[in-house]
Amino acid sequence: MLGRTLREVSAALKQGQVTPTELCQRCLSLIKKTKFLNAYITVSEEVALKQAEESEKRYKKGLSLGDLDGIPVAVKDNFSTAGIETTCASNMLKGYVPPYNATVVQKLLDQGALLMGKTNLDEFAMGSGSTDGIFGPVKNPWSYSKQYREKRKQKSHGENEDSDWLITGGSSGGSAAAVSAFTCFAALGSDTGGSTRNPAAHCGVVGLKPSYGLVSRHGLIPLVNSMDVPGTLTRCVDDAATVLGILAGHDPKDSTTIQDPVKPFTLPSLTDVSKLCIGIPKEYLTPALSSEVRSLWSKAANLFESEGAKVIEVSLPHTSYSIVCYHVLCTSEVASNMARFDGLEYGHRCDTDVSTEAMYAATRREGFNDVVRERILSGNFFLLKENYENYFVKAQKVRRLIARDFVNVFNSGVDVLLTPTTLSEAVPHTEFIREDNRTRSAQNDIFTQAVNMAGLPAVSVPMALSSQGLPIGLQFIGRAFCDQQLLTVAKWFEKRVQFPVIQLQELMDDCSSIFENEKLASVSLK
Amino acid sequence: MATPMLRWCCPGRRWIFAGIGGGSRHGRGVPTGSTSSGKRGQSSVAQQPLITAQKPRKGEREWAAVVGLEIHAQIASNSKLFSGSQVDFAAPPNSLVSFFDASLPGTLPVLNRRCVEAAVMTGLALDCHINRKSLFDRKHYFYADLPAGYQITQQRLPIAVNGSLAYSVCVGQRWSQMVTRTVGVKQIQLEQDSGKSLHDNLRSQTLIDLNRAGVGLLEVVLEPDMSCGEEAAAAIRELQLILQALGTSQANMAEGQLRVDANISVHHPGEPLGVRTEVKNLNSARFLAKAIDYEIQRQISELENGGKILNETRSFDYKLGCTVPMRDKEGKQDYRFMPEPNLPPLLLYDSGSLPTGADPQQVIDIDQLREQLPELPRVTREKLVRQYGMRPEHSFALLNEVGLLEFFQNVMKETRAEPKKVTSWVLNTFLGFLKQQNLAVSESPVTPSALAELLDLLDRKAISSSAAKQVFEELWRSKGKTPAQMVAEKQLELMQDAEALELLCRSTLETHPQVVTDVKKGNPRAINKLIGLVRRATLGRADPTVIKEVLERQLSS
Repeated sequence: MLGRTLREVSAALKQGQVTPTELCQRCLSLIKKTKFLNAYITVSEEVALKQAEESEKRYKKGLSLGDLDGIPVAVKDNFSTAGIETTCASNMLKGYVPPYNATVVQKLLDQGALLMGKTNLDEFAMGSGSTDGIFGPVKNPWSYSKQYREKRKQKSHGENEDSDWLITGGSSGGSAAAVSAFTCFAALGSDTGGSTRNPAAHCGVVGLKPSYGLVSRHGLIPLVNSMDVPGTLTRCVDDAATVLGILAGHDPKDSTTIQDPVKPFTLPSLTDVSKLCIGIPKEYLTPALSSEVRSLWSKAANLFESEGAKVIEVSLPHTSYSIVCYHVLCTSEVASNMARFDGLEYGHRCDTDVSTEAMYAATRREGFNDVVRERILSGNFFLLKENYENYFVKAQKVRRLIARDFVNVFNSGVDVLLTPTTLSEAVPHTEFIREDNRTRSAQNDIFTQAVNMAGLPAVSVPMALSSQGLPIGLQFIGRAFCDQQLLTVAKWFEKRVQFPVIQLQELMDDCSSIFENEKLASVSLK
Repeated sequence: MATPMLRWCCPGRRWIFAGIGGGSRHGRGVPTGSTSSGKRGQSSVAQQPLITAQKPRKGEREWAAVVGLEIHAQIASNSKLFSGSQVDFAAPPNSLVSFFDASLPGTLPVLNRRCVEAAVMTGLALDCHINRKSLFDRKHYFYADLPAGYQITQQRLPIAVNGSLAYSVCVGQRWSQMVTRTVGVKQIQLEQDSGKSLHDNLRSQTLIDLNRAGVGLLEVVLEPDMSCGEEAAAAIRELQLILQALGTSQANMAEGQLRVDANISVHHPGEPLGVRTEVKNLNSARFLAKAIDYEIQRQISELENGGKILNETRSFDYKLGCTVPMRDKEGKQDYRFMPEPNLPPLLLYDSGSLPTGADPQQVIDIDQLREQLPELPRVTREKLVRQYGMRPEHSFALLNEVGLLEFFQNVMKETRAEPKKVTSWVLNTFLGFLKQQNLAVSESPVTPSALAELLDLLDRKAISSSAAKQVFEELWRSKGKTPAQMVAEKQLELMQDAEALELLCRSTLETHPQVVTDVKKGNPRAINKLIGLVRRATLGRADPTVIKEVLERQLSS
């Protein structure tokens, strides 16, 4: 049952094949079994069980609230949840219990979803590995999959397998791992430079970053306000559309959300792609791209072409400036957004009480990790009066050029861009931590970051397993607010590629019942 | 336009207006002065010479003072600028604090329509250009009563620019010597107020009240077109009246709804502007004038003694009557301005540009607000002058006191007395009594109707003006009685019996032959003595003009 898609399990609940409480308990038990993945920071067992109970009552009366009623979901720990600790994986917010729900969380709860817990991340979502939070790194469930293990055995050099686990990518690695390991059916991530799509690609799930302004950010603890978007991690594209349909729409509490009413997203099953124009940005073919990802990318392009779509090479000439531009804008906003963490109103406060200034300094030194402090320092440097024009204003201009690149391409008739999501499949943690956070972020965000600067919707769809047995995802980028068109194309692609379901049986022998009579998750689309 | 000439009265306490010079005002120019950075921000303000000190003592060169003002007016709105929290100054500490006001992570600003309307109305009233598009910025500094670590303001593109404020000052010792001056309004911007810090020095702790945090402010930046404390005070007074007429701010300085910072520098005419200081903590127009004049004097003395003016923030100590440097713990500030990413540009429309089918709740129509503008004080005063033939200074005086104009108009409605008479009674007698007892117009024991009735009695010569004063005093003391009742009780009505008056006059002439001789000799004052004698004999109940007529007739017969 747990391997099913959201839509399937929703049908099962409606038909009474399973009750919300059963479903909730199974997920909770799996969360406990997979605790070593470190996907969750907080497991809200009591809350979830109570919600399940209420959902069950509704189902008994035939008053289901909708597609999410009784369905276990997880939320990244940078979304405010009323009464549930929200830490951002930082000492600064350890013990902070928000008095309100983020709009997206409230929308899920209003639909009857069961909140299983808060998922792990890089501190304040600053990272691309989910390795840099105070609760430790998230382990990629694929490290323990049959597919990966078998390949490892073939070329094993006698290394200790347990120490060679893989990272999930990040910063929404906890959410990606939670969905990938079947502990929930959908999870919220946040996406500022690729934080939802990157771990989705590494964990073999669908990661959607909606158009900026389509989904409310109210209650999402910000990284970069002008780029942050709540994202979704789901088992399939249809599920992404279902959740987006619930989350999308104007929020009076977020002035950057669009005013126009949003219709629910239902995706037609494309049968004919001959009217589609797929753009392949040539700048995305970088030397750092692994040959396997490159060949899957061209395979995907060929797939579209062979089915009659027009596939053309396009140029996004300012792509190479994106990393440095992002660095300036991101750190500047970080410097500003982090100013509120002074130990006065909430969060960590040091013991120093010599003076207010000394208290601020010690609180912030103790509360933030090196990555956060470095970004605050850089950002404040860029915002200094003497530097503002040379850095911040220039970066904003470059941002506009990058956004214009996309507009030009879409104006030339391209419907959707097809790109890699990541340079390669997930790497072992030992390898990942050889580089510092900044270098890694710069490397790993190159295909995803520009999209955030342009505010466009993008989705990472798992395509195939690498020779090592690890998932590789490709990214589709759509026109602003054409999220439905984007997902329709992604759905067609998903159906064609038949990405295999993760095989975790060996790991979870004793809960084999979970996978009894299960079909492959991603081939369940009808 | 006239430029006032100032003379430094050594080593006296204040500047004296010496007369009106013929120099013309310089246009608003490029800033050439030094810029300062005060603790809580500073817009760059152009400064130029305006005032020439006249008649310097031998060997001394003349000084010119340049004064610019930054005003923060709290917007009179039900809720805060970016949150739904109520605005109420009397509420218990920290009882009006939303999650946004406490800057809980994840909260976002939502702009209050009423505050935008208040800014537009104020901009229109000050003849500003209203920017169809304005932007919000973050201004960063760490302070305990600023929970977000930044203030949202409009640094790059404010909502209104390039306006002007006309105000009047007297250039002599008397009100009648009033001239109208104009000060440029550089810009009006919307911004958040901070919370309040209460320092408990005994226990060395600071208590924070966030009720005020996030209340909407209008920052009005006046060009440095002023040159002394009195001009600044008059400009502020006029701005206060305008804000109150518009209802955009209660603008009470003592309650902190109107806060004024002054930028002051001195220089020798023809030379570059001097280094300026910023004076804060000015909570009344009187202290504003005092502080500015003190600061001008201090700067001149400092420079004349070979000292230097520091670009610093000073505070006015109203007990000592002087400005003192403010201890600035954080040293030189760099506010690291940045666009506020959570607020889209603020777009305003006019009837021509209003998007069709737009939700009226989501758009603001400048033209519609312009139509709704109430009468401004300047217009009210002009009307008073026109309608009642009132002297301009009297129209100022009527508007200067809350409720006084309304009182005046209510008296006018009910009395047949001349406007001039009513004005004089309201401004002298009535206002005098109020001031003496420190009462507001609304607290007056004398109603407009009572005063109207009293003035009617006076008008139809039923009582003399001295009797009227007496009645007024009685009215003030004992409520509930009508003037007519008072007059009857005290037998204050004028003698209407002409025959009796004739007799009294005749007997007075007969008993004072010496004075009569003086009159006949041509001593003009002698007749007054006779009038006085007759009045006394009537116990003040006869009209002196009538007495005079009778006496003159009898003397010439």
